Amino acid sequence: MAAVATQHDHAHVATHDESHAHDHAHHSVSFIRKYIFSTDHKTIAKQFLTTSMFFLLVGGAFALFIRWQLAYPGEPIPLVGKWLPDTLVSNGAVQPGFYTQLVTMHATVMIFFVIIPMATGAFANFCIPLMIGTDDMAMPTINMISFWLVPVAGLTIMSGFFVEGGTAAAGWTNYPPLSASGTGHMLWVIGVFLVGFSSILGGMNYLATTLNKRAKGMRMFDMPLTVWALFITSVLQVLGTPVLASAMSLLFVDQVFHAGIFIPENLLTPNGGLYPSGANVGAGGGGQPVLWQHLFWFYSHPAVYIMILPVMGVVSDVLATFARKAIFGYKAMVFAIMAIAFLGFVVWGHHMFLSGMSPLLGTTFMLSTIVIAVPSSIKIFNWLGTIWKGNIHFTSANLNALGFISTFVCGGLSGVFMAVGPIDVYIHDTYFIVAHIHYVLFGGALFGIFAGVYYWYPKMFGKMYNETLGKFHFFLTFITFNLCFFPMHMIGVGGHMRRIYDPYVYEFLKPFQPINQFITIFAIAMGFSQLILIFNLLWSLKFGRKAPRNPWRANTLEWAAPSHPGHGNFDRDITVYRGPYEFASPESKRDYLPQWIRPAHVEQETTIAEKH
Amino acid sequence: MSSALSLAHEPVTGIRHGKLGMWIFLASEVMFFSGFFTAFIILRNTNLPVFAHGASELNWQLAALNTVNLIVSSLTMAMAILSLEHGNKSRFQLYMGITFLCACGFLVIKYIEYTTKFSHGIYPGTSSFFGLYFTMTGFHAMHVIGGMIPIGWMLAKSFTKRGYRDWERVEILGLYWHFVDLVWIFLFPILYLIF
Repeated sequence: MAAVATQHDHAHVATHDESHAHDHAHHSVSFIRKYIFSTDHKTIAKQFLTTSMFFLLVGGAFALFIRWQLAYPGEPIPLVGKWLPDTLVSNGAVQPGFYTQLVTMHATVMIFFVIIPMATGAFANFCIPLMIGTDDMAMPTINMISFWLVPVAGLTIMSGFFVEGGTAAAGWTNYPPLSASGTGHMLWVIGVFLVGFSSILGGMNYLATTLNKRAKGMRMFDMPLTVWALFITSVLQVLGTPVLASAMSLLFVDQVFHAGIFIPENLLTPNGGLYPSGANVGAGGGGQPVLWQHLFWFYSHPAVYIMILPVMGVVSDVLATFARKAIFGYKAMVFAIMAIAFLGFVVWGHHMFLSGMSPLLGTTFMLSTIVIAVPSSIKIFNWLGTIWKGNIHFTSANLNALGFISTFVCGGLSGVFMAVGPIDVYIHDTYFIVAHIHYVLFGGALFGIFAGVYYWYPKMFGKMYNETLGKFHFFLTFITFNLCFFPMHMIGVGGHMRRIYDPYVYEFLKPFQPINQFITIFAIAMGFSQLILIFNLLWSLKFGRKAPRNPWRANTLEWAAPSHPGHGNFDRDITVYRGPYEFASPESKRDYLPQWIRPAHVEQETTIAEKH
Repeated sequence: MSSALSLAHEPVTGIRHGKLGMWIFLASEVMFFSGFFTAFIILRNTNLPVFAHGASELNWQLAALNTVNLIVSSLTMAMAILSLEHGNKSRFQLYMGITFLCACGFLVIKYIEYTTKFSHGIYPGTSSFFGLYFTMTGFHAMHVIGGMIPIGWMLAKSFTKRGYRDWERVEILGLYWHFVDLVWIFLFPILYLIF
C-alpha cells in the first residue's frame, strides 16, 4: 500500500512540476530569460508580433520594387535604387534576375514570415491561454523553441541574397526543375523547413493547451470562436506542414545530388545542355515534377486556411463585442470552421489544372473546391446576422473586422472563378490570381490581423491605442487597398501575366501601362500608410491612456485578467459559468455578462470588475 | 500571487501534457513519412526497372538483422517502463541499457550498409531509388539518434544518487520509440524486399 501511495504522490508531483518550475523561476529571472529566451506565452506572442511586423516591412518593400518595375520598367528605383549592388540593379533599375527573386521573396516572406506567424504564432500564443483561463501553454519550452526557429529561418532565407546566383527565384511555389539547382534555392528549402518545424511545434502546443488546460467549467463549446479557429488551424498545421517538410527534403536531395526525384529525364535547358549533368540524371530514371506540385499543394492549400481561419475567429469575437450581440449560430460557425479545414485537405489539385494532371481528376478537385463556398458562406451570413440590428461601435478594431468581411467576400467570389477548371485555364497565372490572393490574404487575413491587434492591444501592452490614428490608418489602407488591387482583376482578364518582368514587350499589354502606374501609386500609398499603424502602436506604448481591465466590456476570459497580465496571467480563480457571447442576457442589467461572473452575484461582481 | 490560484489544475483530458503532445507530434510524424512513401509509390510505378535494380543491390540480410534489433529494443523499452513503474531500479537499468545497445547496434549496421554502398560507388544521386533510399533511411536513422539522446540521459540519471523515477516520462519516450520501430517495419519491406 505504501509503495502505491508513493507512486501516486510522485505522479502528482510530476504533473505539477512543469507548471511550477517556471513559477519559481519567475522571481529571479534574468533579462535574457525574461525578454529573449522567455517561456511566457505573452512574451512569445509579442516576439512573434514584432518579428512579423519587421518582415511585413521587408516583404512590403519587395512588393514596391516589383510595382515600380511594372509601372516604370527600366527606370531607376527612387531613393534606394542607387544603394543597391550592381548584381541586382543596373543604373538603379531592377534587373530581370532580381525581379524574379523579388517576386519569390515577397511571397515567401509574406506567407511564411508574416501571415502565418502573426495569425498563429502571435494570436494563438496570446489568446489561447488567456481565453481559456489558464496560466501558460502546456509545453512552454517547446513554445520558446517554436519562436526562435523563425528568426533563424528568416536569416537563412535572407542570406540567399548574398550568395552567388542570388536567392531563390522560382516563385514561392518553387517548382522543380527550375528550383532544383543553386545555393539560393537550397537556403530557401532549409529556411522553409525550419519555419515549418516551428509551425508544427506551435500547433502541437496549441492543441495540447486547448484540450488540457481549459479553466474549470469550460466545455469545448464554451470556448470563444478565436480559440476554436486556432484549435482547428493547429490540426492543419500539425498534419499539413510535415508533408511540405518531406517534399522539401526530397527537393534538397535533388538539389545537392541530382537524384532525379523531381527532375525529369533528359531535360533540355535554354543553354542547350542536359540538366544538370545529363547522363547521370538519365541513368537515374525520370523524376516527376508534378509529384512536387502534389506534395507542395497538399500542404500549401491547407496553409491558405492556416492563414485565414484564425483571423475568422478573431473577427467573430471582434464583431460580436462591438455589435453587442451574440454570435449568430455559434455552433454552425464551429462546424463551418471544421468543414473548411476538412475540405481544405482535399482540394489541392485546383492549383494544378494546367499541370498536365488528368482532366477527370481536375473535375473532382473542382467540385470539392466549389463546395468550400458553402461553409464559407455560412460564416459570412452568420457574421452579417451577428451585426444585423446590433448596437455597432465603429472602433478601429471593428472597422478592420468589417473591412475583412467586405474584402473577403470579394476575394472569395473571385476564388470561385478560379475553382472552375474551364475558366481557370483562361485566367491561370494572370494578374487575376494576383488580385484574388491579395483580396484574400491582404484584404482578408491582414485586415483581420489588424482588427485583432487593435482589439487585444490594451490587454497586450496595458495601454489604449489612439483611436483617431487607428481609424485614419484603416480608411487610408482600405481605400488604397481597393484602388491598388481591384484593377488587377481587369488587367488579369486582359491577359497580363503573373510574374512577367517587362509586360510591355507584348503589344497587347502596352495599353495597360497607365493602369499599372495607377496601381503602383496606390501600392506606394498603401505601403506608407502602414507607418501610421506602427507609429500608433509605438506612440501609444509610451503615451497611451492606461487601459482598464475590460475596455470593450467583452465577455471572454482574457478580460478577467489585469491589463498587461503578469506571469501566471490571472489574479483570481477562474471558473466558467456560461458561453462566450452572452450579450443582452436577461440575467444581467447590463448589455453583457462575462463568462467568469458567478450566477448568483451578477450585479455585484460585474460592478467590481468594471471598477478595476 | 500565483500560489493561491488553482489555474494549473489536473489536465482536462486526464492525459499528461507531454503525453498528449507526443501523440500529436506522432500524428505529425506519420504525415512526414507519408510524404516519402507517396513519392516512393509514384516514382516506383513510373520507373520500375530502376527501382527493381536498386532494391536488388541492397543487403536485405543486414536489414533483417536490424529489424530484429529494433523489435527487441521496443520490447525492452516496454519492459523498462513497466520495471520503473513497479519501482524496480536495477531492472529498469538493465532493460534501458539493452534498448540503448540495440539502438547503437542499429546505427553500426546502418553505417556498414552506407559505407558498403559508397564503396560500390552508390550515392543518393545514383538514381531516384537511391535518392529515396538514403533520404528515408537517413531520416529514420536521425530519429533513432533523436531517441537515443533521452534514453541515454534517463539511463545516466538513474545511476546518479537521486536516481530517475518519472516512469511516465519514460512511457512518453516509449511511444516515440515504438513509432520509430514502426516506421522501420514499413521501410524494410518496401526498400529491401520488393524488387
